Amino acid sequence: MNLNGQPFELDQTRPLSEVLALCGYDHTLVAVLVNDQVAPRSQFNRLEIKNSDNLEVVAFVGGG
Amino acid sequence: MRDDPFRLGGREFHSRLILGSGKYPLPQIREVVAAGEPDIITLALRRVNAQGEANILDYLPPGKTWLPNTSGAQTAKEALTLARLARELGCGDFIKIEVIVDAKYLWPDNEETLEAVKLLVADGFVALPYMTPDLVMARKMEKAGAAAIMPLGAPIGSNKGLTTKELIRIMIAELETPIIVDAGLGRPSHACEAMEMGATAVMINTAVATAENPPAMAKAFALAVKAGREAYLAGLGPTTEAAASSPLTGFLKSEPPKASQ
Repeated sequence: MNLNGQPFELDQTRPLSEVLALCGYDHTLVAVLVNDQVAPRSQFNRLEIKNSDNLEVVAFVGGG
Repeated sequence: MRDDPFRLGGREFHSRLILGSGKYPLPQIREVVAAGEPDIITLALRRVNAQGEANILDYLPPGKTWLPNTSGAQTAKEALTLARLARELGCGDFIKIEVIVDAKYLWPDNEETLEAVKLLVADGFVALPYMTPDLVMARKMEKAGAAAIMPLGAPIGSNKGLTTKELIRIMIAELETPIIVDAGLGRPSHACEAMEMGATAVMINTAVATAENPPAMAKAFALAVKAGREAYLAGLGPTTEAAASSPLTGFLKSEPPKASQ
């Protein structure tokens, strides 16, 4: 799996919420693109992530 | 001061100073917001690492309206993706659309921005496009459903002031949609002038963030915005060559000074 441009080895298919926890994220503070599609927050527990998937994890930062 | 709110996206706002949250050490944002008292605060969206990054929302007071921007987007579709990601963060439907390809001046791509307005409005967002001031393009954005139009005063972060004044004056005169002057305003007097012209609000980030004392500068901008709004509502007097403001009769000498030839 690729996360924010970095490779990450996923041992098995897991729900997105679990993948985020494995990677050290608080899932309430981030939004996620899975293969260029926005993952709805309501689907975080159901959306299955495979080792071939591409994830972008974003959050709010300061900006004008 | 009289209560003089404006409405955007079904909400009512009392402060006409919109503050950006960029370029500050996080703890300072709280002080800047306390001093400037904005109702609306802009945010950006970026990739984050898992550990060690503080959540900016922990440093911002509750009860404000968040206005995430789509900075980083180069196309309308990218702007839509960023807007949807922002919405998933649970901070509402307000989005400042930024679609920028030019890297030197960070100049907005008006055509692609118009497309972004169409996509975001269709997706239920309250869309506020940042744009190069242009009456015809602003009319198209208004027709496409933009909640407000955000023309630039000068390039982002330049502090150069209201260099596009005449273009913005025409937009304010001709459009029904609120005009929020965004980008380039460097001094409270610039913000005051925009408000005197009838802008609905102004958006400030760099001018406050790069000041020696950002909280004090936020307060100065807040006062200038209020003064400019009051002046607009009071109706500015006309400009003339000269006109005496004291009576021209009853001088101690028998005649007033003669006009020079």
